[in-house]
Amino acid sequence: MSETRALPRYHLTTEHHPENGTLLGFWLYLMSDCLVFACLFAVYAVLGRHYAGGPTGAQLFDLPLVAVNTSLLLLSSITYGFAMLAMKGNRLRETLGWLALTGALGAGFIGLELREFTHLVADGAGPQRSAFLSSFFTLVGTHGLHVSFGIVWLVTLMLQLGRHGLTAANRRRVLCLSMFWHFLDVVWIGVFTVVYLLGVLP
Amino acid sequence: MRELLFGRLGWDAIPWHEPILLGTFIGVALGGVALLAVITYFKFWGALWRDWITSIDHKKIGIMYVILGLVMLLRGFSDAVMMRAQQAMSFGDSAGFLPPHHYDQVFTAHGVIMIFFVAMPLVTGLMNFVVPLQIGARDVAFPFLNNFSFWMTASGAALVMMSLFVGEFARTGWLAYPPLSGIAFSPDVGVDYYIWSLQIAGVGTLLSGINLIVTIVKMRAPGMTLMKMPVFTWTALCTNVLIVAAFPVLTAVLALLSLDRYAGTNFFTNTLGGNAMMYVNLIWIWGHPEVYILILPAFGVFSEIVATFAGKRLFGYASMVYATVVITILSYLVWLHHFFTMGSGASVNSFFGITTMIISIPTGAKIFNWLFTMYHGRIRFELPMMWTIGFICTFTIGGMTGVLLAVPPADFVLHNSLFLVAHFHNVIIGGVVFGMFAGITYWFPKAFGFRLDPFWGKCTFWLWLVGFWIAFTPLYVLGLMGVTRRLSHFDDPSLQIWFQIAAFGAALIFLGISCFIVQIIVSIRRRAQLRDVTGDPWDGRTLEWSTSSPPPAYNFAFTPIVHDNDAWTDMKNNRYARPLEGFIPIHMPKNTGAGFVIAMLCAACGFALIWHMWLPAAAAFAALLVSIIVHTFNYDRDHHVPAAEVLRIENARTLSLSGHV
Repeated sequence: MSETRALPRYHLTTEHHPENGTLLGFWLYLMSDCLVFACLFAVYAVLGRHYAGGPTGAQLFDLPLVAVNTSLLLLSSITYGFAMLAMKGNRLRETLGWLALTGALGAGFIGLELREFTHLVADGAGPQRSAFLSSFFTLVGTHGLHVSFGIVWLVTLMLQLGRHGLTAANRRRVLCLSMFWHFLDVVWIGVFTVVYLLGVLP
Repeated sequence: MRELLFGRLGWDAIPWHEPILLGTFIGVALGGVALLAVITYFKFWGALWRDWITSIDHKKIGIMYVILGLVMLLRGFSDAVMMRAQQAMSFGDSAGFLPPHHYDQVFTAHGVIMIFFVAMPLVTGLMNFVVPLQIGARDVAFPFLNNFSFWMTASGAALVMMSLFVGEFARTGWLAYPPLSGIAFSPDVGVDYYIWSLQIAGVGTLLSGINLIVTIVKMRAPGMTLMKMPVFTWTALCTNVLIVAAFPVLTAVLALLSLDRYAGTNFFTNTLGGNAMMYVNLIWIWGHPEVYILILPAFGVFSEIVATFAGKRLFGYASMVYATVVITILSYLVWLHHFFTMGSGASVNSFFGITTMIISIPTGAKIFNWLFTMYHGRIRFELPMMWTIGFICTFTIGGMTGVLLAVPPADFVLHNSLFLVAHFHNVIIGGVVFGMFAGITYWFPKAFGFRLDPFWGKCTFWLWLVGFWIAFTPLYVLGLMGVTRRLSHFDDPSLQIWFQIAAFGAALIFLGISCFIVQIIVSIRRRAQLRDVTGDPWDGRTLEWSTSSPPPAYNFAFTPIVHDNDAWTDMKNNRYARPLEGFIPIHMPKNTGAGFVIAMLCAACGFALIWHMWLPAAAAFAALLVSIIVHTFNYDRDHHVPAAEVLRIENARTLSLSGHV
């Protein structure tokens, strides 16, 4: 009907399949989350030395503990990388194994962080003590909250992988969580540097 | 136990002693009961749930956004009328009818509602409805998220409305500056209502921003390169980029304020090292882009309308696109002009003063582009075009008073004066509101299959235009005389006449809004005469006019191929014939109630947090997590519309086309 003359074609005769947008959408979400962290970093930069006569970072931070914590999180990024490699090779059980290890390392990180927080609060250095401590707890705590949600997501995803296997939808989900996990790692490197390393300087 | 269950909520939270509130409450309650009764009587519940509440169709979600915006406009406008009436009568011995405690809530609620729950839903609704149609797509990239975003926005609006009858709203002004909004000076629930309604609605806005960006980037019809996109789609893209880049800042700063209020931290307090000006900086880093989030889509609407009703290709398409992008970037470099008086010094103030003035250059370029599009065109003065011309005249003046305020020394005099109030109403009403009325009138036939009645539309337009100028010119004068904003009482009797004139203007706008309601009712009753069978009632230029009015659920039987900027004009010029056979099954997403459920749980959680009802809050939060996780176990999210069904729908359209041509 439509090709009576040699006109340009004005419609497809087959179904149009636009590229899946999930990864782009997830990237955009991560960047918006990155802006939340950017605000918290900015707030820390402004208030980080407002001790209000209370304890300073140099007095409070236990760098060896934080070093252990940091290595747990960095290791968990590596193990997630191995999970991705196993997924590429279509090895479901191995993928699940690496994911479980990742989750365990993340849980270890959260455990140590909670330990640090309870000690600080017990020593009278809670978030109410000074603007410095408010911004410290909020920045570090927001990161910790993200990791905790990441662990919940990880467990959910492992159940879904166990139920449906490495389908296209599940691969996409593993990939999204991978971006999320590495993103939190990058944020932590910022936290470690700006809060802890610079914080113990006089 | 009672404390954990009910927190601060008690019978004294209901404003028994405020006759205005009690009367409104009785009215709303009776209206609500009547509405529910009508729905039940006509057995609409099933249809409402299936076709609207759980719908993931971007067109229906867009329509629901617009309805939400218009309903909230009535609420926001009644606040405005109360303020105008109070200021017109509260002189000398007369205290007016609103006690300060109530008046402060009214001006806060007016600002919050008009920006977050009127302008935002209208803008998002138009983008949702129009963008997929303009780019030749079947739906948005994430249809479920779209439904969820809408219900989050609606939940936020519901919380604000609830504050009217249960407890109270903030008395801080629409941006809730600390330390006034801190727990020390606002110990009651008002600021908490503010925080949680904006946080919940903000999540919806952010997700819908991501959704529309991905839709525009990934789902354009073949052949539609970026520089062949309709200008409205371009402005929608820039607006959504702004949303994704600005709303996280609002989320963060409101989270910090809530920590100050709930956990006793010291971000913005006067003591223990807090810094209140940090809040002001952060909230305006969101707040200034926000005004461009609102105005850019309005610019897009006017661009479409001018080209259509001048019967010409838009003048300076490329410069229009670049101007939009430049405004997008510059909108991040001007936030400090909202508080030159902070005292950051001459160099900082001059930097922000100059960047502010620079924004008027791309904006001016747009105005000239619209004028040149009209020049030598055969202009049809249909309603959308009238709104457009009203906009150009009004907005230009509002823009110029903005440049005046951008001069820091002048701003030191005019800061927080009624001149400022007049300026931003000049650009928001003259720009955004006129733009939304233009857009609603323009796309109404596409959404419902019949045009809006032109006579009542003209009444609406003239009453709004004249009413606006009569209501706000006096405020410019008063501002220049030094009257500051947010006052509920005046001592100088010589000022009263100006406030009375302004109140008269507000009354005209009231008539304008009434005419708009009449227009909708009349149009529904006269829909047979106003029917649009062609799908192209205005001789449009872009793809949305190539499909039927209202469009089928799948939008286009076959995805269009684009060769030119004005794709539909190009198709018409080449005598494109609509395909009548060879249809194929169409892949579509499935409806789901998950978005509605999750958003309602968010609202419940927010309400519990506002009233410090810790147990219900924890329960709602747990239910929220569980329902999100359960939703992720649903892998069955799409279906195919069979070819026979497509054939049936398309044949029906063929029949109605042949019957009327």
